[in-house]
Amino acid sequence: MAARILFPLAVVLAIVAVALIGGSISFLQPLFSVALLYVAFAIFFFGFIAKVINWAKSPVPFRIPTTAGQEFSLPWIKWSKIDNPSTLGGVLMRMFFEVCLFRSLFRNMRTDLRSGWLIHSPTKWLWLLALGFHYSFLIIAIRHLRLFLHPIPGVVETLDAIDGMFQIGIPPLYLSDIIISLCVTGLLIRRLFLPKVRFVSLAADYFPLFLIIAIITTGLLMRFVFRVDITAVKALANGIVSFHPVVPKGIGAIFFVHLALVCTLIAYFPFSKLMHMGGIFMSPTRNLANTSRMAYHENPWRQPPKFHSYEEYEDMYRDYMKEAGLPLERE
Amino acid sequence: MYDTGKVLIGLLVFAGIFLFPFLYNRGTAAPQPKPSLDTPAIKALPEKKCVEDTHFMITTHMQFLNEWRDQALREGNRWYVNKEGKKIWISLQNTCLKCHSNKKDFCDKCHNYAGVDPYCWDCHYDPNGSKL
Repeated sequence: MAARILFPLAVVLAIVAVALIGGSISFLQPLFSVALLYVAFAIFFFGFIAKVINWAKSPVPFRIPTTAGQEFSLPWIKWSKIDNPSTLGGVLMRMFFEVCLFRSLFRNMRTDLRSGWLIHSPTKWLWLLALGFHYSFLIIAIRHLRLFLHPIPGVVETLDAIDGMFQIGIPPLYLSDIIISLCVTGLLIRRLFLPKVRFVSLAADYFPLFLIIAIITTGLLMRFVFRVDITAVKALANGIVSFHPVVPKGIGAIFFVHLALVCTLIAYFPFSKLMHMGGIFMSPTRNLANTSRMAYHENPWRQPPKFHSYEEYEDMYRDYMKEAGLPLERE
Repeated sequence: MYDTGKVLIGLLVFAGIFLFPFLYNRGTAAPQPKPSLDTPAIKALPEKKCVEDTHFMITTHMQFLNEWRDQALREGNRWYVNKEGKKIWISLQNTCLKCHSNKKDFCDKCHNYAGVDPYCWDCHYDPNGSKL
């Protein structure tokens, strides 16, 4: 079991070590920034699309939504419109709550044996940590656009100002950085110390977690401890997206470590559980209306049955039947 | 492929979001700004040197100024001794801005480029009266 944890940890540390060396050698810096980013972006973009198309090729012949509430039936039985939708509107609502508010996690229950009684009780920790983690990640990703876009859109600047509104220290400590650090630590603790979760966790579960923790750590270190010239970093990032890549001199090695970890994450993305970003929209257990009993769903690959009538049968064996003296309908 | 229409809409949204930064810049890179050192005070200096070395000042000036503020205003100690042992009077207005009197071509250039909005100017003003 320990190998599942130590192996991904070792891989992350190896990436850090390689990038630290590569980033310190100036002639290798283009390789560890421009080349790495373009390759990672390409793998992410085309890999993501290929994965979604691959999924879309799988037939879903019948309605298989998870029915998390009362199905639509008789007018005097209360119907759970969102948890068991049978209309497009209901499905859209369900998807909205699923994608934006993680309703499935909110419905999480725990089951304990308490003084001889089997007790089911709601538990919201996973939901809270996941929500905090994902939204912080989104805000952080949007904030990073200030390094890619020029002129910087007002939305990005406003978000930056709101995120740093408490003006804690200089440069300001972002709220999203605090929240994501707390949440990702919580999620790691959950995986490491809850026996049931630990039992089902594989290397593929730990790897993205360690990678993201390393990204957050190097990002914070770069912001507060090993400072780099931010205008040089912007010139690099802006050069990448405008297809005029430059590698300004004098960017600290910590930046290349941060970048290598991010590139690993996005290149690994299409092949990993991280694809739930696209997968959530493709989940037939979520995005199908429960019309199993309302509408006729025909098996799409059904072949028309081959009939073999008695007439044809008689035509086939007429001579033998006659010879054996069996009665025939037609002579 | 099943549900081609819906899947394609989803993929177009994904491609739109992913390609947005590439399309936004339309192939023109914004070059790294060079803050101007062209002020009378700097020109008159025998040796063009800030209170600490250039790389440190570029990367870490904000933390440095923050320490200066705390030291001057909260501890009342207005003297800073730099790495070379030179004593420097702590004052944004009378030390920093004496040389860097061109806020628009010095401070703002990089800050605007990197989308940084420092709160120095909530309290301080630019002695040359450029619009803040």
